[in-house]
Amino acid sequence: MAEPADLYRTVRLIRRFEQRAIEMVRSGVIAGGIHPYIGEEAVAAGVCAALRPDDVITSTHRGHGHVLAKGADPVRMLAELAGRATGLNSGRGGSMHAADVSAGIYGANAIVGAAAAIAAGAAWSGRRTGLDRVVVTFFGDGAVNQGVLLETFNLASLRRLPVIFVCENNGFATSMRTADTTAGTITGRAGAFGIPALTVDGMDPEAVQQAASGAVTRARAGDGPAFLECLTYRFDAHHTWEHSVRPRYRTDEEVTAGKSRDPVAIQAARVPEAVRSRIDEEIEELLDRAQRFAEASPEPEVSGALDYLYASGLRGREGIA
Amino acid sequence: MPILSYQKALNRALAAEMERDPAVCVLGEDVGIAVSNVTSGLLKRFGPERVVDMPISEQAFTSFATGAAVSGSRPVVEFQIPSLLFLVFEQIANQAHKFSLMTGGQVTVPVTYLLPSSGSRVGWAGQHSDHPYSLFAHVGVKTVVPATPVDAYGLLVSAIRDDDPVIVFGPAGAMTRREDVDFTTLAPVPLGVGRVHRPGTDVTVVAVGHLVHDALAVADELEGTVSVEVFDPRTLYPFDWAGLDASLRRTGRLVVVDDSNRTCGIGGEVLATAAEQMRLITPPKRVTRPDGAVLPFARELDLAVQPTRGQLRTAIETVAKSQ
Repeated sequence: MAEPADLYRTVRLIRRFEQRAIEMVRSGVIAGGIHPYIGEEAVAAGVCAALRPDDVITSTHRGHGHVLAKGADPVRMLAELAGRATGLNSGRGGSMHAADVSAGIYGANAIVGAAAAIAAGAAWSGRRTGLDRVVVTFFGDGAVNQGVLLETFNLASLRRLPVIFVCENNGFATSMRTADTTAGTITGRAGAFGIPALTVDGMDPEAVQQAASGAVTRARAGDGPAFLECLTYRFDAHHTWEHSVRPRYRTDEEVTAGKSRDPVAIQAARVPEAVRSRIDEEIEELLDRAQRFAEASPEPEVSGALDYLYASGLRGREGIA
Repeated sequence: MPILSYQKALNRALAAEMERDPAVCVLGEDVGIAVSNVTSGLLKRFGPERVVDMPISEQAFTSFATGAAVSGSRPVVEFQIPSLLFLVFEQIANQAHKFSLMTGGQVTVPVTYLLPSSGSRVGWAGQHSDHPYSLFAHVGVKTVVPATPVDAYGLLVSAIRDDDPVIVFGPAGAMTRREDVDFTTLAPVPLGVGRVHRPGTDVTVVAVGHLVHDALAVADELEGTVSVEVFDPRTLYPFDWAGLDASLRRTGRLVVVDDSNRTCGIGGEVLATAAEQMRLITPPKRVTRPDGAVLPFARELDLAVQPTRGQLRTAIETVAKSQ
C-alpha cells in the first residue's frame, strides 16, 4: 500500500499536470485540446497504487491521470501532448493515445469502452505464458452501454481472467446524465456476469486504493475479474472545446457542490504541511522542466509521418504518383 | 502424388505454425469441434489453451486477440461468415491496424484473421455472401486472397509469421480446389508477390481469388484466338505492382476480374494504377459485382450479381480487338 504522501504526490501531480496542459491548449502548444481529468485524480492514483510495475492498464480518452499514475514520465508525456518527436509515442498518439508499454501502459483509447477487450486479451496471454500480472481497464459511466464492453464482462468472467474493470462514474457521458442513458445499475451489469462489484468513494484516494488492493489480490490469486464503480466528479469540461463553446448541461450550483469534495484536498489533509510543501515544489519544478522540454523539443520529421504504421517496415505508396 | 485440398492446406498451415511456435493460438466460434473444418484435429493436438472456443461476441474476441498479440501471443482469429467483418471493422481497422503507429512503434500486433469461406456459397443470401477484401486493402490492412491450395498454405504461414495484422480470405469458390502436391515442397509464400498462372502475349487478366480459375478456363477457351496472361496478385495489399507492370509490358492490354462491388473495389485501383503508370495500348476493362450489390437469395439471382465467365470472355475479346 502506498503511503499517504505518495498518494498525495500522485493526485497533486495529475492536478497540476492537467492545469498546465490546459494552459498549453490555450496558448496553442497543444493542438486538438484535451479531456481534463481534474476532479477524478483519486481513481487513477488509488488504483495504480495497488499495482506492480509489471501490471498492465488500458485507459480512455480522459487518460492523462491513468498514464501518469501508472508511472509514465511526465516530461515525455507532456512532450507527447505537444506532438513532439521526444514524446512517449514519438508524437504519433497525442492526448488520446498516450502509451508507455515499458511501464505497462497499453495506451489511452479514443473509442468509448473499446480497450476492455484488449485488456482481457492481454490478461489471457499473460496468464498463458505464466505471468502473474493483472490488467486494469479504466472506462467511464458512458461506456457501460457499449456492447463490446458487456461482451468482455462475459468473456473475462467465463475464463476467470485477471482483469479489473474500473468504472469512473462521473455522472455524465459527455453532456448526458447517467440516469438518462443507463437503465438498471452499473454494478448490476457486473453482477449479471458473476463479477463481484463494489461501489467506492472515488474522491478519496485511500478508499480507492483499499478497494483496488482487494480486487488485485483476488485477481492475482486466480479468482477472476472484479469490478469497481468509483463515484467521482469531473470538475472541468468534457473536453477543452467547452471552454469556448460553453454548453450548459450542469448548473453552477451543481458544479460547486460537485467540487466541494476535492480529492487533492482530501489527501492533503492526511499529509504534514512541510512534506506537502516539498512535494508541491518538486512537482512545480518537474512541470516547469516538462514544459520547457516540450516546447524546445523538435517536431517529428514530416518525411516520417507514417513511420511505425507497419511493424514489418512495409511502406505503402505515396499519395501522388 | 498426394492430393491437397484448399481446406486441408489451411489446416496444415495452422498445425505447422502451432507446432513451430508456441505463441500461435486459434480463437473463434466452434473452432474446437472445427465446424468449418480448417481447425480439425487442433484441439486434440494442442489443447484448449491454444485452440479457444469463443462465445458469439465477435467484437470482444477480435480485440481480445489484439490484446493477446500485444502481449506476446500470435492469435489466428477464425470468422465463419465474411459479413462478420462488418461487425468487427472497428476492432480491426480502428484498433489493431492503428496500434503500432499510434504508439510510435511501441507495440506489434501479429494477428491473422482467417475467413475460410468468403464470398458467395450460393443460397446463403444477403448477410452471408459478402466478399469485403477491398475494404481492408483500402484501410491498409495486409490482405491476402489465395486461389490455390499451395498458395493458401504458403500465404497463411506468411500471414501468421508477419508482425502486422493480416487478413486471409479463403474464397468459398476456391475452397473445393484440390491439387497434386509433394507435401515436402510446401513452403511460405511471401506477402505482396503475385503469380503468373499462365503466360500470354495479348491481354493480361488480373484475377482475384477463386476467379483465377475462371480466368484460366476462359483463357483455355480463347486459345488460338487471344493469348491471355493470367496474373494472380495473391496479396491485394500490398499489391505486386511491379509484377503487374512486367505483365503489361508484355501485353499492353488489361482486364480485371474482381468479386467486389464496383465502386471502390480493388479492380478500380488496378485500373487506375495501370492508367497512371503503366503501358496500356487500349482502354482497360473490369468485370465486378454491380454497384452496391447485396446478394439476393434465389440461385439465379445470386449468380447474376457475381462476375461470370461469359462477361470476362466478352471483356477480353473487346480489349483484344480495340486499337
